[in-house]
Amino acid sequence: MKQVPAEYYQLMEQLQAVDFVLVELSLYLNTHNDDLDAINQFNHYAKERKKLKKAFESQFGPLQQFGNSFSAYPWNWDDAPWPWQV
Amino acid sequence: MWLYEKKLQYPVRVSTCNPMLAKFLIEQYGGADGELSAALRYLNQRYSIPDKVIGLLTDIGTEEFAHLEMIATMVYKLTKDATPEQLKAAGLGDHYANHDKALYYHDASGVPWTASYIQAKGDPIADLYEDIAAEEKARATYQWIINLSDDPDLNDGLRFLREREIVHSQRFREAVEILKEEQGKKKIF
Repeated sequence: MKQVPAEYYQLMEQLQAVDFVLVELSLYLNTHNDDLDAINQFNHYAKERKKLKKAFESQFGPLQQFGNSFSAYPWNWDDAPWPWQV
Repeated sequence: MWLYEKKLQYPVRVSTCNPMLAKFLIEQYGGADGELSAALRYLNQRYSIPDKVIGLLTDIGTEEFAHLEMIATMVYKLTKDATPEQLKAAGLGDHYANHDKALYYHDASGVPWTASYIQAKGDPIADLYEDIAAEEKARATYQWIINLSDDPDLNDGLRFLREREIVHSQRFREAVEILKEEQGKKKIF
């Protein structure tokens, strides 16, 4: 398995934590679509996620494909490690 | 369309190579109440369900694929360093003979996944009740696997997945109420 620096795990975990909030709020809002507080929280964390994604990708490469992330040179989308390898 | 993200929904760690736990866990990969069944069941039901619950089915169905990847990661990590002898001793000799260490969509007893594990009745209440039952069955399965497991790192991931079943069940129950309310409104007019 490819060795990744400790910071990979730290940044990844921050992203996973924010994404957990976003998944939970998404599901909740699907059945409570007039909860303004929850929508404000959702939009707040959506913004947080953008920042974290950028921070992670600047160090460890693209998280998403098909133009939702930028590539470095050479193309680094298909670089290991894949999620099950860390 | 769908977008892949190069990350797990929740970190997956295992303490040691343990092919016997992998054998049990594969129940949630290709078993009747596993994550593959869940994802395919919800995403397929979307096309004939009222608009009010399509978003919910889309999001939960999508999350199930993230859970499928977590299970795959667990199985991979539990078996990657195992010798053929260890796999045989864990009851995975039959699996090894056919697949080596490749994952395959079958249950803990080796029965391959089949579409008859999922239903699509076209009746919104029937479909949502099936979904609630599926979540409860998956929650119970996670509990049985946790009871069989002595790996604290693995159990951390399994407890996360068990909790997600509870949340999904709750959201599906709310969806039933939303549909009942809708139906009630129609009767007034």
